[in-house]
Amino acid sequence: MDLISEEKLDGMTSMEKVRLILDEVRNGKILILEKGLTPSEQTKLIELTMAEIEPDDFAGIEIESYPVKQNDNFLNKLFGKTTLKTRLTVIGPASQLKTIRKDRDLISALVSP
Amino acid sequence: MGIIKRLGLDFSWLKKLFKKKTQKIGIYGPPNAGKTTLANRIVRDWTGDAMGSVSHIPHETRRARRREDVTIVSNGSSVTLDIIDTPGIATKIDFHDFMTFGLPEEESKRRAKEATEGVMESVKWLEDLDGVILVMDATEDPYTQVNVVIIGNFEARKLPILIAANKIDLPNSSPARIHSAFPQHPLVPISALEGKNIDLLYKEIAEHFG
Repeated sequence: MDLISEEKLDGMTSMEKVRLILDEVRNGKILILEKGLTPSEQTKLIELTMAEIEPDDFAGIEIESYPVKQNDNFLNKLFGKTTLKTRLTVIGPASQLKTIRKDRDLISALVSP
Repeated sequence: MGIIKRLGLDFSWLKKLFKKKTQKIGIYGPPNAGKTTLANRIVRDWTGDAMGSVSHIPHETRRARRREDVTIVSNGSSVTLDIIDTPGIATKIDFHDFMTFGLPEEESKRRAKEATEGVMESVKWLEDLDGVILVMDATEDPYTQVNVVIIGNFEARKLPILIAANKIDLPNSSPARIHSAFPQHPLVPISALEGKNIDLLYKEIAEHFG
């Protein structure tokens, strides 16, 4: 299992993040991203995952994150600008990571070898 | 927008003036939420046609289908939409799951392959839409990653989302659970299969996307 820091993720492009995640997950790793992915990065990840699914080899990924939060500081509110704050995300091979329960602030998952 | 709102100025007439004549609205959701059942009902009610076949086996819809110029009239409001029925979005597709429904191995593998292409197509369509009807199975946990991703995408682009909490004809359904998970978006509890609350959905569609 790898825990990837917010600093490391901030220094990567969207494509680099998605590639890193898929390569690691295909090698059987479970990743915990401190900052998570933006909605568009998540759709990119889903798209690339679909392209890599192979019968009897790779069935896809399990990805769990909390809903994104609106970053509503004073300046953003004043100018009506909203930025999204991504949150902790867990990603692993679908064959090894199973979500048992998910809530607004709690994710219960089962990891199998 | 924040300042304009604070000053109490209403520029909705300006928004309407520049709004596209036809809105492209996608019907999205996880597999087996009832997207095609709902698309069929909407298109049948307003044009007399149907969109696609439905099945209890997941990923029955594996190609996005568009029905143009569907005009919905409700409560004095009218809206003309292009309705796009999309394949269910998933993060995993295992052909073994189809075999549990009695499909032979080869057919299951073919269905899995087509399903992966369908998910990619759904994701591509996200960029071309003006709004979404997100269909959720009201008997299931609403916090699925698919729901979170779809909502996050539309929120990021400030596009309207209408949640259809489907399958309220089933005894264990709970639209309230969906509402508490995503309280920031309008929700209509429906049964696409039986047509329950469908007029309420049309009213919301006309108001929300009009």
